[in-house]
Amino acid sequence: MLHFERWKIIAIVLTCLAGVLVTLPNFFSKETVDAWPSWLPHRQLPLGLDLQGGAHLLLALDTNELQKDWLGTLRDDTRKQLRDAKIGFTGLGIIGNSVQVKVTKPEELSKAKAALDKLIMPIGNAILGSGGNDISVTTSGADTINLAPTPQGIQHRVSSAVSAAIETVNRRVNAMGTAESTVVRQGSDRILVQFPGLQDTKQLKDLIGQTAKLTFHAVHPDITAEEASQTRAPVGYKVYPSGEGEGGRNYLLRESPVVSGEDLVDAQPGFDQRTNEPIISFRFNQSGARKFGNFSKDNVGHPFAIVLDNKVLSAPVIREPILGGSGQISGSFTVESANTLAVQLRSGALPAKLTIVEERTVGPSLGADSIEAGKLAGIVGCLSTAILTISAYGTFGIFAVMGLIVHGFLIVALMTMLGTTLTLPGIAGFVLTIGMAVDANVLIYERMREELRAGKSAIAAIDQGFQRAWITILDSQLTTLAAAIIMFWLGSGPIRGFAVTLTIGILTSIFAAVTVTRLLVFLWIKSKGKARILEVPV
Amino acid sequence: MFFPVPDFKGFDFFPHNMRVPFMRYKGLCLIISIICMAVSLGLYFVVGLNYGVDFKGGSLIEVQHKNGPADLADMRQKLNALGIGSVQIQSFGSDSDVLIRVEQQAGDEIAQQQAMKKVIDTLGPEYTQRRIEVVGAAVSSELRRTGVIAVIASLLAISAYVWFRFEWQFAAGCVISLLHDVLVTVGVFAAFQLEFDLSIVAALLTILGYSVNDSVVVSDRIRENLRKYKRMDLTELLNLSINETLSRTILTGLTTIVGIIALLVFGGEVIRNFSFAMLFGIVIGTYSSMFIAAPLLGYLGVKREGVGVHTAAAAASKETSGGGSAATKVPAAGALAATNKAGRRA
Repeated sequence: MLHFERWKIIAIVLTCLAGVLVTLPNFFSKETVDAWPSWLPHRQLPLGLDLQGGAHLLLALDTNELQKDWLGTLRDDTRKQLRDAKIGFTGLGIIGNSVQVKVTKPEELSKAKAALDKLIMPIGNAILGSGGNDISVTTSGADTINLAPTPQGIQHRVSSAVSAAIETVNRRVNAMGTAESTVVRQGSDRILVQFPGLQDTKQLKDLIGQTAKLTFHAVHPDITAEEASQTRAPVGYKVYPSGEGEGGRNYLLRESPVVSGEDLVDAQPGFDQRTNEPIISFRFNQSGARKFGNFSKDNVGHPFAIVLDNKVLSAPVIREPILGGSGQISGSFTVESANTLAVQLRSGALPAKLTIVEERTVGPSLGADSIEAGKLAGIVGCLSTAILTISAYGTFGIFAVMGLIVHGFLIVALMTMLGTTLTLPGIAGFVLTIGMAVDANVLIYERMREELRAGKSAIAAIDQGFQRAWITILDSQLTTLAAAIIMFWLGSGPIRGFAVTLTIGILTSIFAAVTVTRLLVFLWIKSKGKARILEVPV
Repeated sequence: MFFPVPDFKGFDFFPHNMRVPFMRYKGLCLIISIICMAVSLGLYFVVGLNYGVDFKGGSLIEVQHKNGPADLADMRQKLNALGIGSVQIQSFGSDSDVLIRVEQQAGDEIAQQQAMKKVIDTLGPEYTQRRIEVVGAAVSSELRRTGVIAVIASLLAISAYVWFRFEWQFAAGCVISLLHDVLVTVGVFAAFQLEFDLSIVAALLTILGYSVNDSVVVSDRIRENLRKYKRMDLTELLNLSINETLSRTILTGLTTIVGIIALLVFGGEVIRNFSFAMLFGIVIGTYSSMFIAAPLLGYLGVKREGVGVHTAAAAASKETSGGGSAATKVPAAGALAATNKAGRRA
């Protein structure tokens, strides 16, 4: 048990050296490390947002809005399908979570269903096969057809909307100039944005707080919004409110837009040459330019409306056909809001509104204080543990402390290699594992003392101490490991940081206490000569 | 020449021939523990926990006055006039640091953001924001649920492991002592209305890990002694096992507690409650593995080779009728103590 093969000794020493080497960059500033020769490790332990300061935003996609949009499209598609198939219908509308329509002649019901069945799209991918359909088309009674999104369809739609939203958020956040931010999916309908070093979250919130769906609509030539709201809006038209600062006027606009934001290729903030007001100049792609050109040619002298997120920004009159495919939007912008909107338009619209469901921001001063506090607590904790251990176990206590030092280096090294971030709870976990790592040594040494008291020889007691304590160490550490893994699995944020440190700490503490300490004891015995050891310095 | 380390013995803190009659107090300890658990449960349901924003929703902002102490009274007056519901203001760590809590706003997440904005605007530029936390209703209820699941799942996983490695009686003793640790810690948080947030759940889970660690060490020794002393009375055997591992229990407890005290004193305000939970939990965890987990085995009984299931209750009734202390009565223990002394002298 106490014997070590040469290759084992070399492997253990190399592991310890590697641990020290990988940990080394963490003791120096980033600038110093960057200047090191390339064969040295450069990687530093990334600090969590609570230590370096920064913003953490959890966003939820508005799935209701998404479903409403979908039902709207479904209604329009239904109308188109039935018209194309020349089937008469009435009562087309959205009822609850489905689209309902009645055919005028009941004998055309099956024909209508066949036409609407074409709207069904299978979900799934090429590898796993079909995961069902996105909508279900059912008939009820003699003349009614229902089109309802299936649960799988909704799930699929939310999932792809979240993917699209992540890309858009990424583009918007990157426009703020820092590349370190991360945007990841969390759960089914959430997005986590982490932005290290960010102090003022206002700009970030403005950027991601708006869907930024830009559309250009025709204004109804004769009927005003006021007239329309008294009677009923003509088919295909809808009343839109104006945005803030536009005097609260309403507009009656054609519902389907002439051109939408998807056809934009560029948007830049600027100033109007005459009024010096902030504006946004934009450029359409080819198809957008053609569509808008044709529209403006036919509507000279009439107003059109620029609509952002279903609110009218401005409704200028077309003085001459706009054929070049570029234009400008004005509408009581500030320099800041023009800037923000330009970024939003360039990065594309979000599939639905995002709301901030959780925000955690830590200022850099608190982060720096926490690092200092953590360092101090760590040093005091480690020192007092070391003093306690050495005073309790003498020379063997020194071996245990050397094991602890290896343990400390290995934790940091493993965390650096895995790229796990160090958080304040992580530091707490570190201090705690130091205390708990000593436990293994305590178990071994108490066992040695017991064996000595039972009358065993020094060498036999040492040997038995390591051997018998091993099972207990394994059992006790494995149970703690179980708790740590569950913490990691279920935990979020601070709990996770703590769990990672604890898990790594348990593994390295076994290595440090059992392997490293035993090696030191072995070397100590070898240096003395087995026969000369009559007393165990424990 | 190889080792520049002088040979010296450590100071043996604890007398090893000590035989504290733990088992004699098992009934009393169980009653005290049951009362503590009941009181904790009562506090939890009647008084309730002082949940932090993680679990309650709402917002928290830590600000620091740029120069000089913060004017809490002025701040209280201004913020309460904002009409954003209850605003709690407390000094945090130093004179210039203030922690402001705003309750969960009626309406959606946007209302929360607006309330936060109002607070920041009202405080003005002489305060820097050190930390902002805004948690919505959906997220807070999820965090609460996963917190409870995490604690229960850990309990089950740990018990399953103990069951797998030992007999079911050990696992049962473990679960009850772990439950005791969690309940009493939660009870203390309810009694003193300390803020209960996500980090406290992490502390609870660590306490579970630590407490079971202790119980496993004792159980391991019990199992070993069951093989070693086939004829020894169960009560005496349990008592012997607790005593034999006592020095380890106390020393490990000390090293861990020393680390946690360092965290508590130097670790800063942010993790103060967390450190406190840990400190309390480690102490209570150590207590429970010695005074609940092992004594419960006495009631539940253990399967022993060739003798069947023994319960200490039966033995205890004999003992009381016979009178005298358990520690001196059983000859095996006395003989062992004697050999111990002999071994030491040699």
